[in-house]
Amino acid sequence: MNIKREDIIHLAALSNFRLDEKEIDSLGRDLQDIIKYISQLDKLDTDNIEPTYQVIEMENVWRDDEILPQEADREALLALTKEAKDNQIKVPKVL
Amino acid sequence: MKIANKKVTAERLVRDALEKAKHFEDYHIFTFIDEEGALKKAREIDTKIAKGEKVGRLAGVPYALKDNFLSPRGETRASALMLEGFTSPVTATSVKKLEDEGAIMIGRTNMDAFAHGSSTENSYYGPTLNSHDRERVAGGSSGGSAVAVALDIVEFATGSDTGGSIRQPASFNGIYGLKPTYGCISRYGVVAMASSTDCIGFFTKTLEDMDLLMSIASGRDDKDMTTLPDFYEKSEGYTDKKMRIGVIREFDNDSVDQNIREALKKKIDLLKSKGHEIVELDMPALKYGLAAYYILVPAEVASNLSRHDGVRYGFRSENSKDLDSLYENSRSEGFMPENKRRIMIGNFVLSSGFYDAYFLKAAKARTLIVKEYEQAFSKCDFILTPVSPNPAFKLGEKVNDPVAMYLEDVMSVSLNLAGVPGLAIPAGETKDGISLGLQLVGPRRSDKCLIEFAKELQ
Repeated sequence: MNIKREDIIHLAALSNFRLDEKEIDSLGRDLQDIIKYISQLDKLDTDNIEPTYQVIEMENVWRDDEILPQEADREALLALTKEAKDNQIKVPKVL
Repeated sequence: MKIANKKVTAERLVRDALEKAKHFEDYHIFTFIDEEGALKKAREIDTKIAKGEKVGRLAGVPYALKDNFLSPRGETRASALMLEGFTSPVTATSVKKLEDEGAIMIGRTNMDAFAHGSSTENSYYGPTLNSHDRERVAGGSSGGSAVAVALDIVEFATGSDTGGSIRQPASFNGIYGLKPTYGCISRYGVVAMASSTDCIGFFTKTLEDMDLLMSIASGRDDKDMTTLPDFYEKSEGYTDKKMRIGVIREFDNDSVDQNIREALKKKIDLLKSKGHEIVELDMPALKYGLAAYYILVPAEVASNLSRHDGVRYGFRSENSKDLDSLYENSRSEGFMPENKRRIMIGNFVLSSGFYDAYFLKAAKARTLIVKEYEQAFSKCDFILTPVSPNPAFKLGEKVNDPVAMYLEDVMSVSLNLAGVPGLAIPAGETKDGISLGLQLVGPRRSDKCLIEFAKELQ
């Protein structure tokens, strides 16, 4: 398939990226090449084949629903953010 | 492994490693060196030994940590601007296990940012140079770790392997590199790339060291629900019996470098001379492995890397007027071009209208690859293949051509899709002194036997 300029802008929006004109061009070319390469899967017959999403051979690993001691406390986690106030992370206005 | 005892002090071992790290500074191996912290730990171990107290199996052994392993020592940045300022309050399970045995981290090693790459050229800090030829790449994504071991700065280094990121740099630098069975070593505390294929492993100069590190680091971890129940120590090792070794017909063609084909032939002859049987295998689905990989892994990358938004930790762009522009600016400035390509490809293959044609199709291809390995291991005990179609290439040669770079992974990624272990082994050099490597591949949970059998290839 052919990747158009508006496809790149849409994918950038889905990815939370702001691209400049140069990046739209260069990523557009790169993504076109990559998609051309991965499209060769069309040639592989996968009729009646179930998908595999993981190879761990286990399902539903359970544990008791209880709070376990954690390595990092609230203070240590808040210390990682640029700005915190009253035990909250501070960000610019939402709306 | 050279450990601290009464003859040699931990402080001596650590000082030697730090001096060598400084000597090879222009290779850009380390992103951070913790001289003070490493020496403090060394003196603690020396004091214990002097008092006759018990010390661990890695007492005083200096090691290098790939920059995507969480530890409170130094910022964990995955060699990306996006994690600037991130000093982890937690320690990766694998790091804790190594340090509980007395290993001493001297520094963090350079990598492709977020482990996206096959050359360590996609690092925010710039590329690491190959240990044998400074005009060539170190391999990637764990390039710094491989070169740190190859230049004998440290006894071992950690790595992560999502599609070849341990095996390929190991082979580019002439050392051992193991990608264990998926779920063998806890992924807790390692910056996630693709959760269904990420594996933790090591670079070493000897097979004995690899075995020791595996017995220490492997095992079930409550903090990683995808770890397998303990099996490494309990599993059967190699007992000198004659083995059946598979070679893959599809990987023997003109697109593979002649030096690598000759190295493979030499090792096959060596195995035959020791009485092992060579079995030719047809694995036609493997050639689709790379296409399936570059759909499934970017999809997981897009999902895993959505957490890096500039809010809770790491880099935050200045001057954002509202929350949306904070996300956009931070991600646009913080990620490298290859990170952006993979995230956007991931969102493409997952988006409505393309999910069935790409993501679902690739997940079905994965089933065929898993089955192909199962069938192969009903005919042979291990498989011997190249790690990559070419030895270390020139710096800058492929960095602007993503598909050419991806093609370097064509022989390594299928192991990750199937969850089987692979051990990169040194296989000589070209006449120009460039390292050659091969990989020995085993069925799931055969890690111990794989490591022990590899001595037959020496």
